[in-house]
Amino acid sequence: MVDLSQYLPILMFLGVAVALSALFVFLPMGVSRLTGTHNPDAEKNSEYECGFPAFEDPRSQFDVRFYLVAILFIIFDLEAAFLFPWAVSLDLTGWPGWITMMVFLGELVVGFAYAWKKGALEWE
Amino acid sequence: MTDFSQSLALIAAEELLTVVGLVLLLCAAWMGDKASRMISIVAVAALVACAFIAAPALCGGLMGPERVAFMGQYTADAFAAFAKLLIYASGIASLIVAPRFFGQVGAMRAEYPILILFAVLGMNMMVSATDFLTLYIGLELNSLAAYVLASFLRNDERSAEAGLKYFVLGALASGIILFGMSLTYGFTGSTNFTAVALAMDGTLATGALFGLIFVLAGLAFKISAVPFHMWTPDVYEGAPTPVTTFFATAPKVAALALTMRVALGAFGTQVDAWQQIVIFVSLASIVVGALGAIGQSNIKRLLAYSSINNVGFLLIGLAAATQEGASAMLVYLAIYVAMSVAGFVVVLMLRDAEGRPVEVIADMAGLSRTRPALAWALAAVMFSLAGIPPLFGFWGKFVVFQAAVNADLIALAAIGIAASVIGAFYYLKVVKIVFFDEPANVVAESGESGVDALAHKVMLLIACLFISPLGYLLTPWLGELADKAAAALYFVG
Repeated sequence: MVDLSQYLPILMFLGVAVALSALFVFLPMGVSRLTGTHNPDAEKNSEYECGFPAFEDPRSQFDVRFYLVAILFIIFDLEAAFLFPWAVSLDLTGWPGWITMMVFLGELVVGFAYAWKKGALEWE
Repeated sequence: MTDFSQSLALIAAEELLTVVGLVLLLCAAWMGDKASRMISIVAVAALVACAFIAAPALCGGLMGPERVAFMGQYTADAFAAFAKLLIYASGIASLIVAPRFFGQVGAMRAEYPILILFAVLGMNMMVSATDFLTLYIGLELNSLAAYVLASFLRNDERSAEAGLKYFVLGALASGIILFGMSLTYGFTGSTNFTAVALAMDGTLATGALFGLIFVLAGLAFKISAVPFHMWTPDVYEGAPTPVTTFFATAPKVAALALTMRVALGAFGTQVDAWQQIVIFVSLASIVVGALGAIGQSNIKRLLAYSSINNVGFLLIGLAAATQEGASAMLVYLAIYVAMSVAGFVVVLMLRDAEGRPVEVIADMAGLSRTRPALAWALAAVMFSLAGIPPLFGFWGKFVVFQAAVNADLIALAAIGIAASVIGAFYYLKVVKIVFFDEPANVVAESGESGVDALAHKVMLLIACLFISPLGYLLTPWLGELADKAAAALYFVG
């Protein structure tokens, strides 16, 4: 009996490769069938998501400002999320920890100044 | 081991790039797009300064504990320095070719050089990473800048499509790597490459094997190796050509150097587990790269398949899993960067009468009669990519095959050589169209003079001299540097 166990890595790799590649092709097809878009009617086409009609003339523009504000919010939200663990562990990290966080905040300020100057914070 | 201040001294190049990038970002905000030329010049100067920081580390063959920063997370050794020098060269090349290309469509923005700087910074971290977390941060920093660069012509539909495709597939690849890293961490108890290698010694747990496979699959995405190559032609075609020049060179170098560090470092005690994977990926890339290119009518798509093909040959060196193989890969990488830069500069210089870029291969017919110098440069690139002696591209393939044969991978080398003959077909087809077909008279005489046009010619001349038979004069020197870098990669502290 040939010992095939040494070929397990390549088998698994091929499995992962085939599965992922197949997923890209068949998942959108399967999803479109399962969600009923494969057999569309007027009612189904009038989906309404994220505040915008899902299907409309691609030329009509939606307001990108919502996304801009959301992304800027996430950045500074995450900054706060980083600040809490940093604050409670400052006695362990000491000066290097303090300096590192100040550098991080400084870089965020630069990004903030860039966004402000570029007018990303102005609604009108 | 080094303390905190010594660690900070070891990452001088990265600090320089960060500070320059941030200062330029503020300049871009306040001075606007009219400052883009000044910002480009400063960015090039910063990259040159970084090269001067990296060069001594490479020439001195530096390695060992005193080059390890931040408690094993970062290594500024000769191997990293070799890859960094190639990355800086690619970055400088794509900064120099940008103003003319974007200027013609009125889309040269001050953010372009800054994004290149941040991408280079991320790649610096990738090639120096000796910890999975450093690896991931470097990879993301590079990728996020690259997604924006791919869609830099934001009013151009193809550019936007390229950016979106690159983002979706790149984010997926990052997710796959992250999943593999978490599995590896779970089964070995560490994210440090040395500690992972120690923990993996002996019998390999199935979970750790899955971790290894996922990390390698994600990295295969980043180096666009088959079967994870499908994004490459679309992104290369859609992205603005200076950005494509960048994508074809710097991130390839960084991701391959990273793959070498991960495979030979972190998974270095489990060579049997990944060797067959790398052999499969390598052969598949060579064959798909060669066959896929045959039907292409767009020169950028053709060069994309060519890069897939070249990654296959590079991975032969990795499959050898020896110090010689690593050294051969580095030599090949240096030659590959020169060939790619030369190829894309030729593409950038091809313009029709209205100044629009010419990308369709059929439009280049008879170029040898209208633009002989450009046609000969293109021929040199194509022959060199095909690995036909006496051009320098042959030397890269030769050292890689030699390493494979010395590692008893004779079958792999034989199949690789056979497949390179298939690849030669489409390279020669381009040469045939350029030299022997009736002139299509689409490519116009470049009437423009000035710094930008001159810079293109100088860069093309340098790259063509490097890949010409004159390049063989450099082989002892290049080989010695690559040996020093590979020795640093194999250093066991």
